[in-house]
Amino acid sequence: MEWLTRLMMPPVGSEFAKEIDFMYMGLFWLSVALFCIVALPPIYFAWRYRYKPGRVTPHITHNTPLEIVWTVVPLLLCVAIFFWGLKGWMEYAVAPGDAMEVQITAKKWLWQFEYPDGSRTINDLHVPVNKNVKFIMTSEDVIHDFFVPDMRVKHDIIPGRYTEVWFNPTAMGKHVITCAEYCGKGHSDMHGVLTVENDADFAKFLETGGTEWEDYFNGKDPKKTPADWGRVQYETKGCNSCHTLDGTKSKGPSWKGIWGKMETLNNGSKVLVDEAYVRESMMSPSAKVVNGFEPIMPSFQGLLKENQIKGLIAFIQSLQ
Amino acid sequence: MSTTSVDLQTHGHPAAHAGEHAHDPHHQHHFTTMEQQFDTSKIGMWLFLATEVLLFGGLFVGFGMMQARYPREFVEAHTHLVRWQGALNTVVLLISSFTMVLAVQAAKKSEKGKQVLFLGLTILCACIFLVVKYFEYSHKYEEGWLPGRFYSYKGDSIPACHAAPPGEAAAAAPAANAAPCTNGYATFFSFYFMMTGLHGFHILAGIAVLTWILFRAKRGEFSASYYTPVDLVGLYWHLVDLIWIYLFPLYYLIQ
Amino acid sequence: MDQGIATSPHIGDRPRPKKNYLNETKGFWSWAATLDHKRIGIMYLVGVLTSFLMGGIFALLVRLTLLTPSHKLFGKVLLTAEQYNRVFTLHGAIMVFLFIIPAIPASLGNFVLPLMLGAKDVAFPRLNLFSFYLWLTGAIMAIAAMVFGAVDTGWTFYTPYSTTTDGPVTLMTAAVFVLGFSSIFTGLNFIATVHKLRAPGMGWFDLPLFIWGIYATAIIQVLATPVLGITLVLLMLERSFGIGIFDPRIGGDPVLFQHFFWFYSHPAVYIMILPGMAIISELIPTFSQKTIFGYRAIAYSSVSLALVSFIVWGHHMFVAGQSQLATVVFSALTFLVAIPSGVKMFNWMLTMHKGNIKLDTPMLYAISFLTMFAIGGLTGIFLGTLATDVHLTDTYFVVAHFHYVMVGSTVTAFIGGLHYWWPKMTGRMYSEAWGRVGCALWNIGFNMTFLTQFFLGSKGMPRRYYNYLDQFQPLHAFSTVGSWILGLGLFITAAYLLASLRKPMDAPDNPWNGTTLEWKTSSPPIMHNFEEQPVLEREPYDYRPVLVAK
Repeated sequence: MEWLTRLMMPPVGSEFAKEIDFMYMGLFWLSVALFCIVALPPIYFAWRYRYKPGRVTPHITHNTPLEIVWTVVPLLLCVAIFFWGLKGWMEYAVAPGDAMEVQITAKKWLWQFEYPDGSRTINDLHVPVNKNVKFIMTSEDVIHDFFVPDMRVKHDIIPGRYTEVWFNPTAMGKHVITCAEYCGKGHSDMHGVLTVENDADFAKFLETGGTEWEDYFNGKDPKKTPADWGRVQYETKGCNSCHTLDGTKSKGPSWKGIWGKMETLNNGSKVLVDEAYVRESMMSPSAKVVNGFEPIMPSFQGLLKENQIKGLIAFIQSLQ
Repeated sequence: MSTTSVDLQTHGHPAAHAGEHAHDPHHQHHFTTMEQQFDTSKIGMWLFLATEVLLFGGLFVGFGMMQARYPREFVEAHTHLVRWQGALNTVVLLISSFTMVLAVQAAKKSEKGKQVLFLGLTILCACIFLVVKYFEYSHKYEEGWLPGRFYSYKGDSIPACHAAPPGEAAAAAPAANAAPCTNGYATFFSFYFMMTGLHGFHILAGIAVLTWILFRAKRGEFSASYYTPVDLVGLYWHLVDLIWIYLFPLYYLIQ
Repeated sequence: MDQGIATSPHIGDRPRPKKNYLNETKGFWSWAATLDHKRIGIMYLVGVLTSFLMGGIFALLVRLTLLTPSHKLFGKVLLTAEQYNRVFTLHGAIMVFLFIIPAIPASLGNFVLPLMLGAKDVAFPRLNLFSFYLWLTGAIMAIAAMVFGAVDTGWTFYTPYSTTTDGPVTLMTAAVFVLGFSSIFTGLNFIATVHKLRAPGMGWFDLPLFIWGIYATAIIQVLATPVLGITLVLLMLERSFGIGIFDPRIGGDPVLFQHFFWFYSHPAVYIMILPGMAIISELIPTFSQKTIFGYRAIAYSSVSLALVSFIVWGHHMFVAGQSQLATVVFSALTFLVAIPSGVKMFNWMLTMHKGNIKLDTPMLYAISFLTMFAIGGLTGIFLGTLATDVHLTDTYFVVAHFHYVMVGSTVTAFIGGLHYWWPKMTGRMYSEAWGRVGCALWNIGFNMTFLTQFFLGSKGMPRRYYNYLDQFQPLHAFSTVGSWILGLGLFITAAYLLASLRKPMDAPDNPWNGTTLEWKTSSPPIMHNFEEQPVLEREPYDYRPVLVAK
C-alpha cells in the first residue's frame, strides 16, 4: 500500500512526516469504509426497492436501540481520532529544547532566513540532516505562512508577533518551501528551497553561502559564467519582483541596457551605471533613486554573499 | 383533504361579516385573529432585539480584547471622560424608559392625551441625551481625544504613536531602535466613539420612530384593541436604554 | 376524499383555477411592490440564479488560468496576477454572500414554507419585501465594487492585507453588510412564522422536516449574522480611520479579526448546509413513498447542529496563532458537530430501505447528495484532526472539502428541490429525460473537478495560487476539464427548465404523491395559497393506505 501513500502524499522528509502519512492513510481507509457503509446502500436500495405500482411500504418510524448505536459508535470513533490527532499535534507544537534556531522574516514576496551565526540568506534555507531545527518567524507586512510539504509542517507568520514551527529532517536533498497564506500578487511565486545536507556542507554553506557558486567562477563550463550565476540570483533573491529584463517599467527600473548609461536621479543629478553604482544600489538603495521611481527598494546588506553580488554585476553588464 | 369552516379567503370589508366583531383596519389578512397578529409582532421584535444585542456584543468583546492588550492606557484614557455627564445621561435615559412605560400603559387604556404627553416626554429625554453627548464629543474634539489616526492629544504619560501613512511598509516587528510609543489611547477612543456612536445612532433612530408613533397617537390610532406599535417601540427603547446601562460603567466607572 | 396513497400520482380532482399567483395581477409594479411570499420567492430565485451564473463564470476563469502552471493559455497571458486575485475573490464573495447564503431559504423557503404550514403568507410580508430589496441593494453595491476595480483580498478579508490593499474594499464590505441584514430579516420572519402561523392541528412534531431545517437555519441567521455585521464595520473603520484593532502597524491584532470573522462564518456554513439537508428530508420520503425514519432525530439534530455550530469556529485557525488550549478545545468540539450530520445520513438511508422508490430527477439529485455529502463530511474529519490539519490546511484539500459540502451537497440539494417544487411554482413539468442528462453531467463534472483537488492538496498544492509547480499540472488540467463538464451540465439544466416555461401549464396538484400541505393546493397555487384553511389530520410522510388519526 506504500505506493498509494506515495501517490497521495509528498516525499517523506522526516519521521514526523511518516507519522502523519500513517495517520492520513488510516483516516483514508476509515473514510473509504464509512463511505461504503453510508453512501453505497442508498444506491443499492434505489435498485432493490425500485418502484412497483400498488406496493405498500412499511410504516417504520424509528428504532431507538439502533439509533443509539449509530450515535454512540461514531462518537466513540470521533473521540479516538481526536486523541490520535492530539498526540501528533503535541509533537508538532512543542519544539525540543536543543533545536537550532533559525529566524524567518517573511515579506512580500520573499523569505529571509537568519542563522545562529548571523549570516542571512534569501529564499535559500539550509539545515543539517537529522538535527532539530526551530524557526522563529515574523512578517514585515501581511500574514504569510511557512509551509514545507515534505516535512508536513506549516504555521502562519504574523506581523507584529513571533510564531514558531520546528522539524527534524531525515531526507537529504532539496525540498520545496511555499507560502500558504494568501499575501497578494506574488503569493504563488513566493517559493523557497530547503536544502538538507550533512554537517560539513552545512558549515561550508554558512561560510560562503554554499558551494554552488564555484562552478560559475572556475570557467570550466561555458554555460556557467558569472553572469549566469547573476541570473540565478535575479530569479531567486527577489530582484525579479521589481525589475524586468525587457525594458518594461515596473516598481523599479528595468535592467535592459542600463550598464554604462548615464541615469538621471530624482534630485536631477546624473550618475554612471557602473560596478560601484550597482553595488551601492544593493546595499544602500535609498542613497541614489532613479527619477520616476519610489524609494521602496529594501537593502540587501548582509543578505548577499560576495560571489552573489559579483554575479549580479556581471549579469546586469550582460544585458545590453 | 379535510377542511374546517373557517374561511379566510373573503376577509374583506366589515359589511361581509354579519354578526362578527368589527373588522379592525389594522388586521392583516394572513393572521386569523388580532391576538395572533400581536403575539407574532412581539416575537418579531424580540428577535430583532436579540440581533442588536449580538451587534453591540461584538463591540463589547472587541473592547475587552483591546483593554487586555493596553490595560494602562485604557485606565488612563478613561479619566478624560466626564463622569457627571455620563451619569446625567444615565438618569435621563432611565426617566425616558419610565415615560415610555407610561405611554404604553396609556395606549392600552385608550387615553390619547396621556399617550401624546408621555411619548413627547420620552422624545424630550432622548434629545437631552443627544445634547449632552454633543457637548462631550465637542470637548473631545477640542482636546484631540479622537479615534485612531486622528488622535492628537499630547498630555499622555506614554507618548502616542504616529500611525504610518497607508501604503508605507513600516516594519511591524518590535523595533528596538524606535522610541517607545503606544497606540492604546487612540484605540480606546476608537472604541469610545464607535460604541457611543452606534448607540447614539440607535437613539436617533428611536427619536425618529417615536416621533412617527407620536403623530399616529395624536390621530387616535392606538387603543386597547390595537396598541402594538407603541408596545414594540417601547421594547426597542428599553433595549437602547439597557445598552447604555452597560456602556456607562464600562467607560465611565471602571477603575 | 383520500387521494389513494399507495397508487401512482394522478391529476387532482379539481379543475385548474383560472387565476393563480402568477397571473392574478399583472404589470411591473404588481411584482415590484408585491407582498406575496411566492412572488418574492420567485424574484429571489431569479436573483440568486443570476448570481450563481456570475460566480460560475469567475470559477471557470479561475480553472482556465490553472490549466497551465504558468497561467498562460496558448502562450498568451489570460489574466495577470492582480486580475486573477480579484477573480478568485469575487468568485468566493459572490457565491457565498449573493448566492448560497440566501439561495434555499429566500427562494424555495419563501415559496414553500407558508404553504407547508397551511398559512397564507409569512409573518411579516412587508419585511419580506424589504429583505429582498436589501439583497438587491447589496448585489448592486457588489457589482459597483466590481466595476470600480474589484477587490483582491479573498472572500475572507484577512487583515492586515485587507486594511492595506488598494481597491474598493470598503464598498465591497458595505455590500456584504447590507446583504447580511437581508439574511437576518429573512431568518427573523421565518422564526416568527413557524411559531405562530401553523395550521390548526399542526404541533411542532407535525412539522415537515423542511420546516425544521429552515427554522434551525433561521436561528443561525438571526444570531450569527450581526457579528459579521459588526466585524465588517470594524474593518471599514480600520481602513478609513485607522482605529487600531486589526492592523499591527497601529497596535491591532490580525488574529482577532480572524476570531470575529469565523465566529460568524462557521455558523454561516450551517446556514448553507441545513436548508440543503432540509430539502433532502423532503425528497427521500416522498420518492420512497415511505415514512421518514427517525423524524425526531432529524428534527433534534437540525437544531443541535445550529447551536453547536457556534462553538467550533477556531478550527479554521489551528495554525493561525491562536492559543494551544483554544486549538485543542476547538478540535474536540468539532468532532462533536460531526455526529448530528452522521445521524441524518443513517436516517435517510433507512427511509429508503423497503421503500417504493421512484428515480425521478429530484430523487437522482437526492442520492447524488448522499454520496457527495458523505465525501464532504468525511474529509472534514481529516481537517478536524489536529495533526493532519497542519499539513492539509491552506491547501487544495480544504478547497475540495468545502466545495463538496457547499456545492456537492447544498447546490445538489438546491437543484433537487428546484425540480421537486418546479411544478408547484410554475405549473409545468420539465423534461424528465433531459433531467437525467443534466444530473449525470453534474455528477461526472463535479467529481472530476473536485475529487482531484483532494490529491492536489495532500500533495502540497497551496490555495489561491496563480502559478504552480510543474508537477501539479496533470491534476490541475483534469480538474479544469471537469469544470467544463460541470458547466455544461448546469447549462443544459437551465435550458430545459426554462424551455418548460414555454409550454402551457400541465402540472397536477400533486405530481409526486407528496404528503405535505403544499401538494394540497393547485400547481401553481392561487394568490392566497388555499381556498379553505387546511387543517392537519395526519402526520407528515404518512404513507399508510388507511388514515390513522394523529
